[in-house]
Amino acid sequence: MAVFFKVFSLSNLNFMLQGVGMLLAVASVSIVLSLLLGTLLGTVKAYGPNVPRAAVSVYIEVFRTTPNLLWILIIYFLVPFGSGLSPMQKDFSAGVLAFTLFTSAVVAEIVRGGLNSIPTGQFEGAQSQGFTLVQTLRYIVLPQALRVSVPALLSQVITVVKDTSLLAAVNIAELTVNGRIVIGQFSGDGAALLLVYGFMALVYFSICFSLSIVVRRMQKRRPSGRPGKWEKEPQAA
Amino acid sequence: MNPFGAEQWQTLFSDFHDVFLTGFLHTFYFSVCGLILALAIGVVLGVFSVTHNGVLRAIARVYVEFFQNTPLFLQLIFMYNVLPNFGIVLDVIPICILGVGMYHGAYISEVVRTGIQSVPKGQMEAAMSQGFTFVQAMRMIVLPQAVKVMLPMLTNQAVNLVKNTSVTAMIAGGELMYLTDSWVGLYQVYGPGYLMAGVLYFVINFPLVSLTKYLEKRAKRGMVPKRVKRTEKILIKEGVANGGVL
Repeated sequence: MAVFFKVFSLSNLNFMLQGVGMLLAVASVSIVLSLLLGTLLGTVKAYGPNVPRAAVSVYIEVFRTTPNLLWILIIYFLVPFGSGLSPMQKDFSAGVLAFTLFTSAVVAEIVRGGLNSIPTGQFEGAQSQGFTLVQTLRYIVLPQALRVSVPALLSQVITVVKDTSLLAAVNIAELTVNGRIVIGQFSGDGAALLLVYGFMALVYFSICFSLSIVVRRMQKRRPSGRPGKWEKEPQAA
Repeated sequence: MNPFGAEQWQTLFSDFHDVFLTGFLHTFYFSVCGLILALAIGVVLGVFSVTHNGVLRAIARVYVEFFQNTPLFLQLIFMYNVLPNFGIVLDVIPICILGVGMYHGAYISEVVRTGIQSVPKGQMEAAMSQGFTFVQAMRMIVLPQAVKVMLPMLTNQAVNLVKNTSVTAMIAGGELMYLTDSWVGLYQVYGPGYLMAGVLYFVINFPLVSLTKYLEKRAKRGMVPKRVKRTEKILIKEGVANGGVL
């Protein structure tokens, strides 16, 4: 019991929660950025002209076949981040850049899958109403495609949260790194090790598990979302 | 200094055998062993999660939720750092294989579950009515049909598994990522070293990704076997010859 209070002393707890903060910051910023970039890339891959489409395909293949850890190392060691940044800012930008790069490749594939599930009639209908291609995508096709993709995108969010632990490879102060520093205070104490690793597991688990419950609930619902009015009418008649 | 200079490439190729080839073979070995373990765990737990037995379903559920919702790195480091304190000492290589295999076993069990649920219930009921036991019906009737749905998802998991063997670098697993990273740090040849590692991962994964795409396309085209299509064609030809009467 004494070990418990030593491990979870206020300063240790604060230190590990700082790690959680870094984890959440990197994960959320890179998820937002990769949603934007990935949607753009996915749209180009689905409908773009030949040359950009080929370029996007190469991008997706490269990130799909190589490990994320490799990209974290590449970004951290090879990208010059300028000397104006503090070490903390540099770590954060490196993490966000690496995660945005490989997550947007995955998002692009998911969005492309969603776009392919939209019937061509939607395009023809929009065109007949005088929409341009960009307008059609913006108002008609993308909203439907993104709605279909939400469960897959959320699963990807879970993966991003878990993968932030890889940032430990370059000692970016997220939860895993800070937890291991705390462990350093208790060399060889099995109970302390178990407590700290248990705490880390619990944090990751509670974030990811709550997201996975949402995913499962969504997968059970109709893939297209709420049934529209016109879908209900024939049943009533 | 040019990070991709000729000198650096020379260093790379002089150590190619010791670092990159050895790492590549280790990665390949971890991947194959991990995949076999993951498939074994995945099939058993996937079947567990569709049985009517609540205990088996609960075991599968808890396993999947635990392994899918905690990072692989944490699972590896648990086996590497924590277990020895409680008298369970494992070698690094078994830890890597176990870690990757158990983690992806959870994902594969979800794939197997989806596959089994895609087979109409009538198949199982018909098999049971013919006196098949549950295991027999699974093995001979349901799983062979589920495989067609599962294949593209399984090859996709294999790609992820190969990528995730790189996480074992963080417990000094001795595979491609680990050897590259330590070698690159030693000689300060980041550019060519990481590029070569990327190429080698690509060499393993590109065939798998292509296979996934092919299988996805095939699954989308529908499950009609070639033989049936040929018969249909012959029938249509004959029909045309007979003036539209089949």
